Amino acid sequence: MSTTVEHVACTFCGCVCDDIVVELEGSRIAGVRRACSVGRGMIDEYDAKLRRPLVRGREVDWEEAVEAAVTILDRADSPLIYGLSSSAVEAQRKAVELADRIGAIVDTTSSVCHGPTGLAMQAVGEVTCTLGEVRDRADLVVFWGCNPSASHPRHFGRFSLTAKGTHTPNGREDRTVYVVDVRPTGSSKQADHFLQVDVGTDFEVLTALRSLVKGNRLRSESIGGIPMPRLSDLAERMKACRYGVVFMGMGLTMSRGRHQNVGELFTLVAELNEHARFAVIPMRGHGNVAGADQVLTWSSGYPFAVSFARGYPQYGPGEFTAVDVLARGEADAALVVASDPVAHFPRRAAEHLERIPTIVLDPARSLTAGIAQVVFPTASYGIDASGTAYRMDNVPIPLRALLVSGRPTDEEILDRIIEAVK
Amino acid sequence: MLGVVGGRVYDPRNGSDGEIRDIWMKDGRVVSPEEVDRDRAEIVDAGDLVVMPGGVDIHSHIVGAKVNAGRKFRPEDHRGSERVRTGDFRSGSGHTVPSTHLTGYLYAEMGYTTVMEAATAPLVARHTHEELADVPIIDKGAFITMGNNHFLMSCIRDGRPDLARDYVAWLLKVSKGYAVKIVNPGGVENWKWGRNVGALDDEVIGFGVTPRQILDTLARVSDELGLPHAPHIHGINLGRSNSARTSIETMAGLDGLRAHFCHLQFLSYGKGKGSVHTSEAAAVAEAVNAHPNLTVDVGQLVFGSATTMTSDGPLQHNLHRTTGAKWINDDVEGETGGGIVPVFYKRTNPINAVMWLTGMELFLLIDDPWKVFLTTDHPNAGCFTSYPHVIKLLMDADYRAEVFAGIHARAREGSVLRDLKREYSLYEIAVITRAGPARALGLDRKGHLGVGADADIAIYQDMDDKAEMFARPRYVYKGGTLVARDGVVVADPPGRTFSVAPPYDPEVEKHVRKHFETTYTVSFENYAMSSQQLPHEEVIACG
Repeated sequence: MSTTVEHVACTFCGCVCDDIVVELEGSRIAGVRRACSVGRGMIDEYDAKLRRPLVRGREVDWEEAVEAAVTILDRADSPLIYGLSSSAVEAQRKAVELADRIGAIVDTTSSVCHGPTGLAMQAVGEVTCTLGEVRDRADLVVFWGCNPSASHPRHFGRFSLTAKGTHTPNGREDRTVYVVDVRPTGSSKQADHFLQVDVGTDFEVLTALRSLVKGNRLRSESIGGIPMPRLSDLAERMKACRYGVVFMGMGLTMSRGRHQNVGELFTLVAELNEHARFAVIPMRGHGNVAGADQVLTWSSGYPFAVSFARGYPQYGPGEFTAVDVLARGEADAALVVASDPVAHFPRRAAEHLERIPTIVLDPARSLTAGIAQVVFPTASYGIDASGTAYRMDNVPIPLRALLVSGRPTDEEILDRIIEAVK
Repeated sequence: MLGVVGGRVYDPRNGSDGEIRDIWMKDGRVVSPEEVDRDRAEIVDAGDLVVMPGGVDIHSHIVGAKVNAGRKFRPEDHRGSERVRTGDFRSGSGHTVPSTHLTGYLYAEMGYTTVMEAATAPLVARHTHEELADVPIIDKGAFITMGNNHFLMSCIRDGRPDLARDYVAWLLKVSKGYAVKIVNPGGVENWKWGRNVGALDDEVIGFGVTPRQILDTLARVSDELGLPHAPHIHGINLGRSNSARTSIETMAGLDGLRAHFCHLQFLSYGKGKGSVHTSEAAAVAEAVNAHPNLTVDVGQLVFGSATTMTSDGPLQHNLHRTTGAKWINDDVEGETGGGIVPVFYKRTNPINAVMWLTGMELFLLIDDPWKVFLTTDHPNAGCFTSYPHVIKLLMDADYRAEVFAGIHARAREGSVLRDLKREYSLYEIAVITRAGPARALGLDRKGHLGVGADADIAIYQDMDDKAEMFARPRYVYKGGTLVARDGVVVADPPGRTFSVAPPYDPEVEKHVRKHFETTYTVSFENYAMSSQQLPHEEVIACG
């Protein structure tokens, strides 16, 4: 029997598109419509087969796997809980509760992504809006250090480039679009203006823009490889627009200057509100990384890099961030939820993870699962589990279970671990 | 079964002004003595103690998108205000913006058992409720911002009050809200064009409606739907030198309809010299005294650290420009906006000093305590943890005079506060912190200790220093469970979430569905919350 499920939310990226149509044949996914190629692949190719958990590579029952995980955490003096951004809010809440209870360090993928954005926000604030405001109002859109055509394929069509809204009835024609990046990208090809900045000079370019917006004249012929007339032109357009929006990505957060780049951009955006309405939206990557920030913040006061080792939350980017904790060899056990640090972390950090007992909760067989002592093949939120994910603009979107796979959720496993460590 | 015996009971709704009475409880409710088997009941000797219903906070920002953004961008607020995890109690942090579990503990430890989250955009109501689920002990509800809602403004423009009524009912249902909240009606929409509104008859850009029409429509709709709480109004011109005049005009314009004006202190100023406003609390209080259908809460300023956060986007931009402090703004599609700016209120700052005395004057000049409630518009004018301090200011005229003497001289000049010797009694305190707000909220089982009331009780040791007395109740019961002893939390049962579900013509959903296609970037089907998502929901009847 085939059924059609509409308004399905895709959790691949921070767009959390919730207009996806999924065709089911029995309990098999037979077709996915409206999703981008990445999202379609994620849903379509999901293997919902019930698999048994592993302890040191050996298939065991769930009870035994929970016991093994609890033993690891009980023996640890300095456990690390990491990941969370591809899980749902319900599981994130449990992960933080567990961290609180066992005195763990808890960190999310934010720290290797938009962590610097969080630091900038804490320094200067953040003038932002929801994605619907972009679609309906934005007549000037700037993509800075991000490439949505590859990373967030439907972003242009749904929100920021061709999308038609109340005050942008002609879509693309009603918008002026800039891309600022260190190299041409798929996104820059679709922009009206591409400003290619020299590597590592974003801060200078942003400072120059702030100065130009304030009406200063700069003597340099170019800044960061961008001729002054083109920069002045951007500054003037920024001041003259109706509602401007900047989307920013890891080109700013993970290049020289990091949080200072972002702080400079956020300050520019705040100052532009003297002339026009202006907002900035960080291009969050993972489907629910914004939710991970939210949950950790409402539980502890801080968005990432939190240590509960002293019995109360302490915030320490650089100190309690997962890469640093692992590279210094400080963690003596790890619990990784829906993330693959072995694949993405610097070698020294990944190697330490291989040396210590690691527990993995993940629907997919990640590289980290390959080195882990305990692996829980959990359900995937939005496919065979329900929950909530927060979009990049912090709008919460409900995730429904399309299939009944019988796999436990991250939340259920974490809950059993919490009960056992009590 | 539980008996609190021999205490001096302050239960204004049931007319008890410190009389010695016994309170009996069973299954989470107050019951008549006959229903209790005294031999088997646990007895609390309340001899020499003051017994009150659990505190009811009618306006506080404790959870949701704005509050959490405030937490996230203020790590400096949290350091030094941490709570260590003990047993099953969670750790936490935060002074002006405490984390969720800590918020529940702090309220309970102060004897408060019901708190209303003052502003939630419907688009992010799911977030609000997810946080509320992590606030233990206290019962709560959320007010839904509607004063800049596109669909509602379209209904007004098109002359469809019936559709507006059905929409409000629908919106409250799908967002699991408790009341209609109005913030700077029309001004937040205009801020999306870099503008604001400054008068009740100014036009909202793109809709051709006015703040007056929005207020009138939502007040009438709230009445027609029989909502337990009146529309909760943060008017236009907040913080400005014409705010008192505007507040009085707004009250008059409501034509006798029910309304609650929140944090009125921020809207009771007149024009002074330079940038320092004057307090026009006397005139505003007179207007409040004259209108039978109004209630207000004060939003008392407390000197020290605060985090201002409101849906009033243009106001927050102004505050950022004035103070130079960091600033968050968030425009929310089709619905509202908001901003956050940290501040530090100083007694030596003439502007802050005027704000402080404006609040005090409102408390002392509004005659009927059933119309004025204690709030600090947490965390805007001060933290909710300052309530005991505010109670001391109200109960102790000498202490108040002492603080008054220490504020900036320019604020003291011409202030009527020096002549106001009124002192609140314990009975009146029980009204402005319990019975009054519960009645205004239409929460029949809150704010009193009559038979059938929720067994929410705060028991205090009477002391000369009222701040100390109210900061650490001897015992706090929530639904009959001892949750705090000597100001320390001892149990953390989950609290309930109050919502309303007024009936509406389902036809409205067709219109809203169409509106979604042009206004929202989320699917209509993914907007509504279901009751399964709210495990401790209690629907309060309308009508």
